[in-house]
Amino acid sequence: MKFRIYRYNPEIDAAPRMQNYELNVEPTGKMLLDALVLLKEQDDSLSLRKSCREGVCGSDAMNINGRNGLACITPLSTLKEPVELRPLPGLPVIRDLIVDMTQFFKQYHSIKPYLINNDPPPETERVQSPAQRAHLNGLYECILCGCCTTACPSFWWNPDKFVGPAGLLQAYRFIADTRDQATSERLDDLEDPYRLFRCHTIMNCVDVCPKELNPTEAIGRIKDLMIKRMV
Amino acid sequence: MVNRTVVGAHYGLRDWLIQRVSAGVMALGTLALAVYVLLHPDMGYDRWTGLFSSQAVRAFALLFLLSLFYHAWVGMRDIVMDYVKPTGIRLVIHVLVILTLLLYTIWSVQIFWGM
Repeated sequence: MKFRIYRYNPEIDAAPRMQNYELNVEPTGKMLLDALVLLKEQDDSLSLRKSCREGVCGSDAMNINGRNGLACITPLSTLKEPVELRPLPGLPVIRDLIVDMTQFFKQYHSIKPYLINNDPPPETERVQSPAQRAHLNGLYECILCGCCTTACPSFWWNPDKFVGPAGLLQAYRFIADTRDQATSERLDDLEDPYRLFRCHTIMNCVDVCPKELNPTEAIGRIKDLMIKRMV
Repeated sequence: MVNRTVVGAHYGLRDWLIQRVSAGVMALGTLALAVYVLLHPDMGYDRWTGLFSSQAVRAFALLFLLSLFYHAWVGMRDIVMDYVKPTGIRLVIHVLVILTLLLYTIWSVQIFWGM
């Protein structure tokens, strides 16, 4: 199989370049990450992040043939050759396919991704009904791989001010949680022309999410709550 | 001035909502005008002036244009937010856009009620 991979080592290279690779591999039943591991045996200077190799850790997010995704759950047989691999767009490149996720996590932390509840902790758990718990489905599954946020043009333009789809999905995850008591503060924090309203429902996030989550819908729900609060 | 990232101007929801509502008004107005023109294939000068001699039509047309202007303001501001970063230049562009749109409003009133 033929590959074209983005190579850039800022300490040595003046500019990024695309490097061609050939790999003798039977694509059936293998994932892209398997091929990358074999390529790394060929050329150990090729750098990428990986860990769980089953779509849970979110480390190996990259731009695969122009589309963000996880290498470990992308079947090799579905890819058109030459397979063009680039780092996630819109973030600084540390080396090859490894990007600096600092800005992404800064936005994630800014929405206070934890339960805020000022009541004294009860003897057992803070209980939810099955119906209340069901509201968190499609929200809590996010693995923070960054595929959605780095596919979002609004994030490319204002990464320091727009929270981005991953962060906003998590913001709604805590707004939707009946055990959380900071709904109003959370809405206040997002009621700004940048933090949430830079979203123009482009929906690249929904298109690329490897966990098939829907940040656009979550953003819409936050807007609904803001309207409900206002009128 | 220290260079900090500042967010939190609380007008995101208001402008987003007004942009939606104004889009609705414009869609309705466009549809109404389209239907009128289709029902009257003989649209000439007399027909147009006849249509706009009604106060209700003038009022709705002004509402349509006001919606357009506010919609344009939000859109222009969004573009400036993406492409013009220095605060001073941005403020000047904002003021120019607002003044232009206000001028258009006065002009529209003049046209509709000066006929």
